[in-house]
Amino acid sequence: MRKLIFVVLAIAVCWFAADCARAAELRVPQDAVAGQPLSIATSGSGTVYLIGPGQVIKRSFKSGGNVEIKGEELRGAGRWIVVLRGDGHQSQAFWVKPGKPEKLNFLARPSRVPVARPNVISGVTFVFDRYQNLILGPTPVNFNLSVGGAGSSKSVTSHDGVAWINSSSAPKAGAAQFVTSVDGVEVRRVVQQVAADPCNLRMHVAGRANNMVVVETDPIRDCSGNAVPDGTIVTFIQTDKSGKSTVDARIKKGTARAELPASDNATITVAAGVVLGNELHVGGKP
Amino acid sequence: MGRTLALIFAILTVALIAVGTVHGSKTAPASTPEGAVQSMFANAKGHDWNGAYSYVAPSSNVDQGGFIRDLTGRNGSLRTYSQLDSVNTRVLHESENEATVRTEIKYATAVGATFETRDLKVVKDDGAWKVQWPAEKEVNVPPQVIPVNYLRWDIVWRGPGDDWGAQNVENPNCRILSMNAVERDGALIVMGEVVNEDTVPAFITVGAVLTDNAGKDVAEESSFDKISHVLLPKEVSPYRIDFPGIKKSDVKSVRMTHNWMLVPASADPVIGVLHQRIEKDITGRTVLKGELLNESGQTVNIPHVLATFYDNAGKVIWVSDAYSDHALLPQTPQPFSVALRDDLAANVHTYRVTVNDYSLHREN
Repeated sequence: MRKLIFVVLAIAVCWFAADCARAAELRVPQDAVAGQPLSIATSGSGTVYLIGPGQVIKRSFKSGGNVEIKGEELRGAGRWIVVLRGDGHQSQAFWVKPGKPEKLNFLARPSRVPVARPNVISGVTFVFDRYQNLILGPTPVNFNLSVGGAGSSKSVTSHDGVAWINSSSAPKAGAAQFVTSVDGVEVRRVVQQVAADPCNLRMHVAGRANNMVVVETDPIRDCSGNAVPDGTIVTFIQTDKSGKSTVDARIKKGTARAELPASDNATITVAAGVVLGNELHVGGKP
Repeated sequence: MGRTLALIFAILTVALIAVGTVHGSKTAPASTPEGAVQSMFANAKGHDWNGAYSYVAPSSNVDQGGFIRDLTGRNGSLRTYSQLDSVNTRVLHESENEATVRTEIKYATAVGATFETRDLKVVKDDGAWKVQWPAEKEVNVPPQVIPVNYLRWDIVWRGPGDDWGAQNVENPNCRILSMNAVERDGALIVMGEVVNEDTVPAFITVGAVLTDNAGKDVAEESSFDKISHVLLPKEVSPYRIDFPGIKKSDVKSVRMTHNWMLVPASADPVIGVLHQRIEKDITGRTVLKGELLNESGQTVNIPHVLATFYDNAGKVIWVSDAYSDHALLPQTPQPFSVALRDDLAANVHTYRVTVNDYSLHREN
């Protein structure tokens, strides 16, 4: 009787072992990277479902072959769950890391800024891989701000996918090229650095014609020597016995010019914004 | 009985023909100076230019074409978009052969009514009164080359292919410099100045919201044309917002609203405002007069003059505007006149005049 029980138990154990041997198994690599192929070792047969961030992949397999996922299929970084349905039911979670940096989003503010102001320009870079996965690991990000070839560079290590700097505007006016780069990937923004208010505004009589006096400013610059942008309004005011004459002239090619009526005795003043220039006394009609 | 009826009908027919003859002719000789002026403008209003011109004295030395252009405008000016609306006349002086008739002419235009007051000389010619029309001197700009360095701002906006980090160029920095709320003629008027502090052109709108004593918004309005909407860098514009029928005592606070937008713009034309002075016009009203001089090379069809008046503390006490119904030809002075309230004239310490320009064939 004892021998019979032993034989039956042995048969049951063998049966169970054989059944276990036939059941599918999952072995998921723990170093999966978005955009790179993934191989999931299985045994048995059935269907594998991979459920990831915004994505589901389905694969059937037979008799112990590996399930191969192409790189372009595995796009989302983050937590994935693999579910096996077939001879057995299993599920397993694994993590997919982002790929290498291939895309940068760069916020540069502001688009216009006066020259020589401390900490007025900010640049924020978000580092992504090819499939828009934010790369959370530390990544060195370079920032370069230059006007006319002269400028400054700084390298910042990203934290949780973001790197940022604050920078002062250069003393030189112009369209500053603000570039951020990571591993040869770069994005460019333009920050217009503009001259400040005019400094030492001066004018002179440039000529007389057709009963008019032509007055013209010297080149108008700010206190750092930058040319005040063309188009800025410069107001010429002439006062004489016949009243007041005004011309809101525009700076063109660095100077402003206006025609005022010739007068026997007139005073001409010039102003740009809140800045007053010199005063001229003119007399004698041509 | 039958003969009596026939006689009555015959008399009635003759009478009606006589009445029709008297009132039917629009070009009947004028028997009064005022009648001559009224008839001339009545024909002009009906576009009967032959009829209107028949009331012009030959001594005026104006041909019919020039007369028509005087009344209908030239060079795409505001007058060319207007319609003669009404004419009020008053005889200032009359002798046997000569009279002076003050004529207030009202035109209906797209920007509202415009008024013109003329003292017309009327003379007796062959027993009929005729108007000595003061021919407007037609200015012909001599052929010439006026060098203009055109300056304009173009903008590259962000496109559909740009990523979300690509920022648009920012709107300009503008600032409301001052605000003054006053009550005039039963209306609350909010006025002040606004400046473009940036280095790029701005399209600006300024509005105001009135709040009553209970904290409820009671009115909202924006300055329509009493402002320069396009401001170049460092340019200052006045603004005026009218709230008709609202008393200042009913308003607890005024909340200013604004919108600054970056727009492509041109820096031309440059218009000089010459010989500005405050004086009385022929009707005795206080006006700010002067001349506009288009220093550029293209015609400005509709100039719009904005005048800001300040008291001795530098506060804006009035903003006034006027459209000129004459186009500004290049390098040709054109008089303008902007009304100033008589009750404020004594308080005006200084003033500033700016000009908006509307041109038919210019790209902004």
